[in-house]
Amino acid sequence: MTTYPIDIKVNGEWKRAEVTARETLLDALRNRLRAFEVKDGCSQGDCGACTVILAGRAVNACLTLAVQANGKEITTLKGVGTSENPDPLQKSFVEHGAIQCGFCTPGVVVSAKALLEANPNPNREEIREGISGNLCRCTGYTQIVEAIEDAAAHGRRGVGEREDA
Amino acid sequence: MATRLFGSGIRRREDPRLITGSATYTDDLTLPGMVHAAMLRSPHAHATVGTIDISRAQASPGVLAVYTGKDTSDGLQPMPCAWLVPDADLKVATYPCIATDTVRYVGDIVAVVVAEDPYQAYDALDLIDVEYTALPAVTNPAEAAGDGAPQVHADVDKNQAFHWAVSGGDVDAAFKDAEVVVKERIIQQRLIPNAMEPRAALAEYDQASGDLTLWNTTQNPHILRFLNSVVTGVPEDRARIIAPEVGGGFGSKIPAYPGEFITVFCAKQLGRPVKWNETRSENYQATTHGRDHVQEIELAAKKDGTITGLRCTVWAGMGAYLSTAAPGIPTILHGLMLPACYGIPAIKEDVYGVYTNTTPVEAYRGAGRPEATFMVERMVDRLAGEIGMDPADVRKKNLIPAFDDGHDTVTGLTYDSGDYPTALDKLLSHADYARLRAEQATARKSGRYIGLGLSTYVEMCGLGPSQVAGAIGFQGGLWESAIVRVHPTGKVHVFIGTSPHGQGEETTFAQIVADEIGVGADDVKVIHGDTDTTPMGWGTYGSRTTAVGGAALAKAARKVRDKAKVIAAHLLEAAVEDMEFADGKYSVKGSPDKAKSLAEVALMANVAWNMPANVEAGLEASTFYDPPNFTFPFGAHLAVVEVDKATGQVDLKRYVAIDDCGPQINPVIVEGQVHGGVVQGIGQALWEQAVYDDSGQLVTGSMLDYALPRAGRLPEIEVLSTVTPSPHHPLGVKGIGEAGTIASTVAVYNAVMDALGPLGVETIDMPFTPERVWRAIQQATKGH
Repeated sequence: MTTYPIDIKVNGEWKRAEVTARETLLDALRNRLRAFEVKDGCSQGDCGACTVILAGRAVNACLTLAVQANGKEITTLKGVGTSENPDPLQKSFVEHGAIQCGFCTPGVVVSAKALLEANPNPNREEIREGISGNLCRCTGYTQIVEAIEDAAAHGRRGVGEREDA
Repeated sequence: MATRLFGSGIRRREDPRLITGSATYTDDLTLPGMVHAAMLRSPHAHATVGTIDISRAQASPGVLAVYTGKDTSDGLQPMPCAWLVPDADLKVATYPCIATDTVRYVGDIVAVVVAEDPYQAYDALDLIDVEYTALPAVTNPAEAAGDGAPQVHADVDKNQAFHWAVSGGDVDAAFKDAEVVVKERIIQQRLIPNAMEPRAALAEYDQASGDLTLWNTTQNPHILRFLNSVVTGVPEDRARIIAPEVGGGFGSKIPAYPGEFITVFCAKQLGRPVKWNETRSENYQATTHGRDHVQEIELAAKKDGTITGLRCTVWAGMGAYLSTAAPGIPTILHGLMLPACYGIPAIKEDVYGVYTNTTPVEAYRGAGRPEATFMVERMVDRLAGEIGMDPADVRKKNLIPAFDDGHDTVTGLTYDSGDYPTALDKLLSHADYARLRAEQATARKSGRYIGLGLSTYVEMCGLGPSQVAGAIGFQGGLWESAIVRVHPTGKVHVFIGTSPHGQGEETTFAQIVADEIGVGADDVKVIHGDTDTTPMGWGTYGSRTTAVGGAALAKAARKVRDKAKVIAAHLLEAAVEDMEFADGKYSVKGSPDKAKSLAEVALMANVAWNMPANVEAGLEASTFYDPPNFTFPFGAHLAVVEVDKATGQVDLKRYVAIDDCGPQINPVIVEGQVHGGVVQGIGQALWEQAVYDDSGQLVTGSMLDYALPRAGRLPEIEVLSTVTPSPHHPLGVKGIGEAGTIASTVAVYNAVMDALGPLGVETIDMPFTPERVWRAIQQATKGH
């Protein structure tokens, strides 16, 4: 099947992949670029496990064709922060017990990152609305909401800010 | 002074890899030469299968093989059922991995394609031509049990998979003498578990050695290794099952499935690693469902509110085939719990397990116990309404008083310990129940419909002991095992037979060991989920990993401690009787300066230069722990709702949970388990239902059609606890995985009915969609 070269900037690094016309961004990220932190929960745009930030907006990678991402910048969970340099959100999720099986976590954290970038001071209702595109079957969401609220508070206080943010 | 880790809400050891995206789930694995399988599934709920033309698929680009049931009938034995409930006239219908002549539900596998990449495999599926002749289908268990219903299996009359009954006390007398009888027909609708990670399998088979490695999304790798040997013929010593990171299960990853074994078959045939990922649509169609009961219940009581008897009949939909543990769920795990926390003195229940043309039904969080709790707790509220008593007062009147060493029920269980009245009292005072009732009365005057729903529950978990497993037909044991191995530097490896998949036992188990032998939690690594490295164990379900596996671990750790004490005594030239383990050190009583740390003892034990006489080298212990009884957690929950009379919209305004799982090893993890469980139960009450149409098509076949709880639709959940240790568990702990789900569905149900009581609405089938609630209101009020 014919493939097309695409260039995408994943977590700050330009990468080239050969993709088919019908290939989703999710499959290209996982299978071609080994970005296994992007999870495939439904491939139908319902669960949010594959959420990435594409050109500044949180999107479902499974509903985006890989070729649509050509020339664009993508942030996955690994671009939000790393173990050496974690984002306040990542620290806060651990502090608050907001992770259980962890499968939804990459998508939830990326959605939360996009939410806080658009609205650094959300109230609980706005947080709940902001992650309503992400399904979690384990936590019941309470500890996730608390974690995001606390991370936002840290961000405002400037505590735990990343140097390269 | 060493800090005790038991009881501390320390951060989870699992989280660093999960929060940075480095965790490896089955689908994240890639092997050299790996190819991909895709399953062709029946689009019909019931049909005979004629010719299957695979020629075009075989010729499709990238395709390596196409197999139908004819090709696999020698290499794959039928799927075994592993819970053969006795005295139930059980009829286990043949469950082939790939259907040959008849398909019995939408999702039954008819062929498998293996191709170089998954897109090619799915392309080829479309090129297989199957000749189906559709047959009438039946999806409702009560209808399937009736005369003239379509037969799912020709050799199973009236689709009756089993008829099981439980009775205790004199039910006939209870109803003959009853001053009040309330009756209700309840539909426990079918639910779809929806673990966020779909199922996946990766099989690698060495044709020369006959060694198989199967990575799989399972809750119980050791059981899977055994069942794999039965179905694929790969003996247990040649099969290594690995459950890597597993993304939730909720019961749906207990059973063995045809998909895994077909993947193994393909790997054996082709000599290449084969990966299979189910799609979310397949997860909906073919990963097991939960609940699906039609229940008819009668409760007998006195006018003062004393409950005297319960009589019921249940038709439990089992789906098209009996899944691995399915028969035990609507029977043993359900009927035995009917005395509830009231010790109801007379019980009679008949359960009919019924085959239908639907996805097989298995354990789903709570598994039998939510369905039992719902029946009792709903009837308690009906009784309260009938005699004009507050539901809280009816419960208070009937709750078993506090006990700490056993309460026998008429169904043959012995509850280990409980203090149900205190849990209810604490709930009512925390929530300020009296004030809520006053506010409800005020609201009603202004035409607002607020409802309060209570649920008090006791559940059986920590599944064991094995002698009971045999008596109830479970084709396995229910003990657990653990190995504690201390390395020369005092670092510890713990190997367990259970297989956590999100519950955090890598952390809580490290906490247990750290306290028992005197190391830090960070010094302990917990290893699970690999049958080649871990001791045999029966898996993670039924809230049993901590309740049984944690007990095994504590006992193994105590053996290590005892040996460490002997070695330390030798090194300190003291008598063993004079030694004590205090503040994390092995010291001479009364002389805390004369002490050895575990690391010092471990070094000597491992180099063995100077050991006491008759003491073996090394510092390691293993235990096989078979519990003497189940554990019985309990609690009391309250839901507050407001129903919009005009639209039927239910607004869940407040939720308070009090749960008693005994002493809590890690309260943050316990709280998370309660939150998650409660929300799954709320989901059943308000949103979730697997819907089949009359032809057997699954109408709610995606996450868009099946309404799962989302963050924006839920209130904050208030979580409190009481602590009543189990008298028989070495640490007193009871288990918390399922508690929330068991209590919450009926709490919300009772709240909605309480809100609508003044309008004359008595029953609504779940879930409480606005349309259903609105229709019920219209019917009760004739539109006024």
